[in-house]
Amino acid sequence: MQDSGIQVLFQGTNFLRLLEGLLISLRIAVVSMGLSMVLGILLGMVMTSNNKVIRFLCRIYLEIVRIMPQLVLLFLVYFGAAKHIGMNLSGEMAAVIVFTFWGTAEMGDLVRSALISIPAHQYESGFGLGMTKLQVSCYIIIPQTVRRLLPSLINLLTRMIKTTSLVVLIGVVEVVKVGKQIIDASRYTTPTAALWVYGAIFILYFLICYPFSRISAVLEKKLKD
Amino acid sequence: MKKAILGGLLAITLAAGLLAGCGDKDKAASSSKASATGATAKARTLEEIKEDGTIKIGVFSDKNPFGYVDSDGQIKGYDVYFGERIAKDLLGSEDKVEFVYVEAASRVEYLKSAKVDVILANFTVTDDRKEQVDFALPYMKVALGVVSPDDALITDVEQLKDKTLIVVKGTTAETYFSDNHPDIKLLKFDEYQEAYDALLDGRGDAFSTDNTEVLAWALQNKGFTVGVESIGNIDTIAPAVQKGNQELLDWINNEIQSLAAEEFFHADFEETLKPVYGDSIAPESLVVEGGEL
Repeated sequence: MQDSGIQVLFQGTNFLRLLEGLLISLRIAVVSMGLSMVLGILLGMVMTSNNKVIRFLCRIYLEIVRIMPQLVLLFLVYFGAAKHIGMNLSGEMAAVIVFTFWGTAEMGDLVRSALISIPAHQYESGFGLGMTKLQVSCYIIIPQTVRRLLPSLINLLTRMIKTTSLVVLIGVVEVVKVGKQIIDASRYTTPTAALWVYGAIFILYFLICYPFSRISAVLEKKLKD
Repeated sequence: MKKAILGGLLAITLAAGLLAGCGDKDKAASSSKASATGATAKARTLEEIKEDGTIKIGVFSDKNPFGYVDSDGQIKGYDVYFGERIAKDLLGSEDKVEFVYVEAASRVEYLKSAKVDVILANFTVTDDRKEQVDFALPYMKVALGVVSPDDALITDVEQLKDKTLIVVKGTTAETYFSDNHPDIKLLKFDEYQEAYDALLDGRGDAFSTDNTEVLAWALQNKGFTVGVESIGNIDTIAPAVQKGNQELLDWINNEIQSLAAEEFFHADFEETLKPVYGDSIAPESLVVEGGEL
């Protein structure tokens, strides 16, 4: 019985389809992460502003993103946009928008905390040595900020990859959905397939998330020296 | 200075997005509960579909044998068989159809947001849903069934009192039990696969959904039996289009009526359902020809 369970993975194009699904998950996560990084760094700088109103608005944005479940946001963008403003987005596009909206807020907060965690004497010593504002940023502040950012950034990316499993609900056929289709198609012939398919998905998620955390560890070490 | 202006601009955009987001949230929340009529995106007319050359049909991709993806990645099933026929008769070829994979809970939303032209995802006709979408003539009929493990078989709904019944969100079973048997604890899942897994794990005492579904499942899963074969009203399953899309609705109704002559749905049954149900169900107890019960 167990033998037949694992066979399901290799029937027809099943395994290939799982990999295609994984690619879609990864594509959504990586594109969103790229956009989030660019927008998040900008937002992070804005968040350190001395203007109370700006800080307050950023705070509200961040809290909204944290409080609202990603699923609600997905439904809002996928169905809501089509119904209320006539924008018929594809599921993948809607997912990228929502994940970027979410990622930007998280990223902005990370950048903000990394920026304010640099002690004031770092700036002052730089200026004391006669460096310009640009030099202080490039040689002193940014390298330290990046080092402080890396672990939480990778953490955010892996979280994003895992959260892509929500997009099945707006019709995107990613790895978990393909898994469910495979399990369902074979549920009369091989009821034990579920364990093997989910097991394979677990390993696939691990295989893509693990390298990222390795890269972060290596980079962190490199930047320390 | 430049930075401050940029920051200000960014903040304004964010705030605007935020406010718009909040406004939409209420609407989306209420319409996803399928209670309010709410706004809709304009559905494509019959002409527009013909011009485009492809009809978009929403089907299940994980509800064997009605809509499922086989091991070669091909979509198959009773609903899909009908969908291909619609494409053939409307646009001249079985390939001129784009199947959109939908989830049970968001079928109404797919129509309202005009993401599909027709839903053929085992959509049971109910009064609530009639307010949201327009149903064509039925092509199948079902009642609810309850499947449970042999060692604690549920043969009467009364036995379920204070026990946990598994249902899938957005299905007729969910509405029927929460309206008529409030003393039964319901354990709800988004997808069929999760619900079956829960039943197999013993997280619930029984599972209820359309009888076709549970009968087929019990045939293949030893140790489980359908103790209650038919409760609730006899429901019909019909294609659905967006409310007010009259031309498309009329076309589908004509199609269903004209297919009766060749007993199309009996052929569909033979092709897609027979391999699964075997002789446990007579085609007459499921199939509806020409929209006549």
